[in-house]
Amino acid sequence: MSSSGTDKKKKKMRSATRMREIMTDYYINAKTASQTGKKVAWITSGGPVEPLIVMDVIPVYPENYGAMIGASHMGGDLCAKAEGMGYSTDLCSYARADIACAIENGGPIGGLPRPDMLVCCNNICGTVLKWYEVQARYFDVPLFILDTPFCHTEFPDQARNYVRKQFDEYIAFLENACEKPFDMEKSIEVGHLSVEGQRLWQAVLDTAAHKPAPITAFDAFFFLALIVTLRGTQVTVDFYKELLAEMNERLDAGIYAIENEKYRILWDNLPIWYRLKWLSDTFASHDACLVADTYTTAWCGSMKFIDENNFFESIVEAYTRIYLNIGIDEMAKTVFEMIDKYQVDGLVIHSNRSCKPYSFGQYDIQRMVQEQKDLPCMVIESHMTDERTFSESQAKTRIDAFMEIIKQKKG
Amino acid sequence: MEGIGAFQRVVDDPDGYLKTLKTRKNILGYCCSYTPEEIIHAAGIHPLRLFGSKEESNLADKHLQSYCCSLVRNVLSEALSGRLNYLDGAVFPHTCDTIQRLSDIWRLNTSFKFFSDIVLPVKLTTDSAREYFEAVLRKFKAELEKGFSITITDEALHASIRTYNTIRTALKDIYELHAKNPGILPGSALNACVMGSMILERQEAAELLEGLADDLKIKTAAADPSRKRVMLAGSVCSQPDVYSLIERSGADVVWDDLCTGSRYFEGTVGEESDPITAVAERYYNRIICPAKHSSVTARGNNLVKSAIDRKVQGVIFLMLKFCDPHAFDYPYLKEYLDRENIPNMLLEIEGQLPPEGQLLTRFETFVEML
Ligand code: SF4
Ligand code: SF4
Repeated sequence: MSSSGTDKKKKKMRSATRMREIMTDYYINAKTASQTGKKVAWITSGGPVEPLIVMDVIPVYPENYGAMIGASHMGGDLCAKAEGMGYSTDLCSYARADIACAIENGGPIGGLPRPDMLVCCNNICGTVLKWYEVQARYFDVPLFILDTPFCHTEFPDQARNYVRKQFDEYIAFLENACEKPFDMEKSIEVGHLSVEGQRLWQAVLDTAAHKPAPITAFDAFFFLALIVTLRGTQVTVDFYKELLAEMNERLDAGIYAIENEKYRILWDNLPIWYRLKWLSDTFASHDACLVADTYTTAWCGSMKFIDENNFFESIVEAYTRIYLNIGIDEMAKTVFEMIDKYQVDGLVIHSNRSCKPYSFGQYDIQRMVQEQKDLPCMVIESHMTDERTFSESQAKTRIDAFMEIIKQKKG
Repeated sequence: MEGIGAFQRVVDDPDGYLKTLKTRKNILGYCCSYTPEEIIHAAGIHPLRLFGSKEESNLADKHLQSYCCSLVRNVLSEALSGRLNYLDGAVFPHTCDTIQRLSDIWRLNTSFKFFSDIVLPVKLTTDSAREYFEAVLRKFKAELEKGFSITITDEALHASIRTYNTIRTALKDIYELHAKNPGILPGSALNACVMGSMILERQEAAELLEGLADDLKIKTAAADPSRKRVMLAGSVCSQPDVYSLIERSGADVVWDDLCTGSRYFEGTVGEESDPITAVAERYYNRIICPAKHSSVTARGNNLVKSAIDRKVQGVIFLMLKFCDPHAFDYPYLKEYLDRENIPNMLLEIEGQLPPEGQLLTRFETFVEML
C-alpha cells in the first residue's frame, strides 16, 4: 500500500481488506478442491480463463503466486533451489520460484494445489511454454497449449483462423478433462461478466488521471489479482464496483494517494515485488506519484477487440493482440497514449532480467519517448522476484538523479 | 577432398565471398534453422545464415540489455555496423522471445530492402497447427514475390527442394561416415562443412558435399580404441576450436544435437507432392528445437536415442548464456542422460570461448572420466 505520511488511518482503503478476504477464500477453495470434488487448472496470466469458469474449474495462477513469493521475500531462496536443480539464474524468476516450489512445497500458503490440468497460452512469452512443459513432466497431467502467433505489425487471417480453431480445441480439451459438455448459455453470462470486470478495472485505473491521483500504480499492482485470476465471475465485478466507488469517494473527499503530489510518473514492466513499499516511499519522498503502469493495464488493454455480444468469437483477437504479443512500435503507441492520458512527467523503465519479451526493446521505446515526447526516462534493473542481486543504494541514487531532472524541468 | 577447403574459406572469410556473390544475386539473412530456405532459394535469392559468432562492435548496447544472448547481440551489431551491407534484407522465423524482439529492433533500425516475419506455430501437434504452418509458408512466398517482383514457380521450388535434399542427405552421410570412423575427418572440418553449407551458394555446396561424401566412403583410418566418442548438444556451435580442443583431449565429436548440425540436416522434403505442402511437412516433422513443442519428452528421447545409436560415451552441452529455451530444457535432458548413465558436462559460453588452456583442462577432465 502506498499510504505514507501522517494520516495513515484516513488513507487505508477498505477495499484492501475485502480483497484479502476474497483472495483468502479463493486460495482455500483451490487448496481444498480435491476434497470438494472440483478440478484445478494451472493457467498462465494471459490465458483465457473464461472457459475454465464456465466449466467450474478452479483456475490457479503460478504467476500470481510468483508475485506473492516475491512480495514475501521468498523468491531468492526458492530461485537458489531451482538453480540447484540445474535451472540457470538468468531464467524468469517466476518460473524458477514456481518450479522449486512444486517440488519443495515451500513458499507462501504451503504451496499451490496440485493441478489436474495445465493451460498455457504463449501470448505473453515463450518462457511459459517451457515452464509448463516442466510442470507437465513433473505432475504428469494433460497440457493444453493455446498458441497465439506473435503480431509484430498485423494480425493476419492465417493467424486468426489458427487461433479460432484452437478455441474449439480448448473447449474439447476441457470437456474431455471434466467429462461434461461445455455450457453455452453459461458462457454467454461469463463473457458479460468478464467484459464488465475489465471495464470496471479500466475505470479504476482511469481515476488516476485525476490530478492529484487517488490511487497509485503500487495500489494497482495489489488490486490486479482479481482481474487476473477471477475474470468472468460476479465476485470480481462486485469487488471492482466497490473499489471504483471508494476511489470516487476519495476524490470527492479530497483524499489522494500521495500527500503533496507534484510529479507524476509512468512505470513500465512488471513490479519489483520485493521492493514495492520501498519504491513507493522513495518516490513519495520526492512528492512523486506513480500514476500508471503498462503492466496492470494489460488486463483491459485489448477490450477494444471484444464484442460483448459475440464474446467467444471476439476473444480470438483480444487474446492474441495483447500488450506483450505485439511489436515494440505497437507497444510504444500504448506508452504514448498513457503519457498523455495520465499527464506524466517521467517514465521509469524497469529493465527486468526475468522478462526478456517485456524488456528487450525498452531502449528503443525509451528513445522514442525522449525524442517525441521530450520526457525524462530512467532505467532501473532487477530480477522481479529474486531479491538477491537488487542494489537498493544504486536504485536510490538513480531515482534521486532522475527526480532532480524532472524537478528542474518542471520547476 | 578439395571440398573442405572451399567450405573452410567461406567460413573464415564470409564477407569477401558474399561481396562478390552480391554482384550476381540478392542475399537474405536469417538466424534460425526453421527458415524455409527452399522457398528463398527457389526465388533465386541466396539464403545466408547469420552466426553472430564474432563481436564486431558494441552497437547493440544501445538497443539490448546486457542479459541478451551473444548471438542476437552480435547479429544486431553486425547489421548496425554496416558489415552486412551486402544483404538485401532478412527474415525472422518465430523462434524465442529474444529473436522476436531482435526482429522488431531490426525492422525499426535498419534499412534493408526486404523484411519478413515468418510467424510459424510453436506447437506442432495438431491439424490446425499443420494447416497454419503451411499457410504461413504460402504467405511468405507471396511476400517474397511481391518484394522482389518475381514469380516463384513450382518448377523452381522442385529444383530447390532437390538441391536441399542433396545437401541434407550428403551432410548426413558425411556425419554417419565420420561417426563410424572418426579418424577420416577432423571434427572442425565437419563443422566447416555444415556452416559453409549455410554460406556457400547452395548448388555448389550440394555438389561439393556429394563429392566429399563419395571421397569419404573409400577413405579409411586406423581405429584408435583409446579415443572416446562424445556428442555436442545445444543451440549453435560456430566455434571450430571446440572440436579441435575436444580432439586434443582425447575424444572425437561423433554426433550432435545442434542447429549447426543434425537439426539442420535431419529430414528431407518429399519430391512428389505440392512443393509448399512438402516443405511445410519437412519443417513440421523435423527434430524440434526447444523453442518449439511436439511433446514434453521429445527432445529428451531424441537425445538419448542419438547418443545410444552412435555409441556415444559422453555428452557436452554447449549453452549460450541467456538462452532461455535451452536453459529450460537442460535439467531434464541431463536427467534423461543420467538415467541412462551417459556422463555429461555443461559448458556455458558468453560470447567468446573461455581461454584455451582452461577449456582444454575441462575437456580433459571430462574425457578422462569416460
Ligand atoms: S515475467 Fe515475463 S518471462 Fe516470466 S512468465 Fe511473465 S511474461 Fe513470461
Ligand atoms: S534460442 Fe537462445 S541462442 Fe538462439 S537466439 Fe534465442 S536466446 Fe539466443
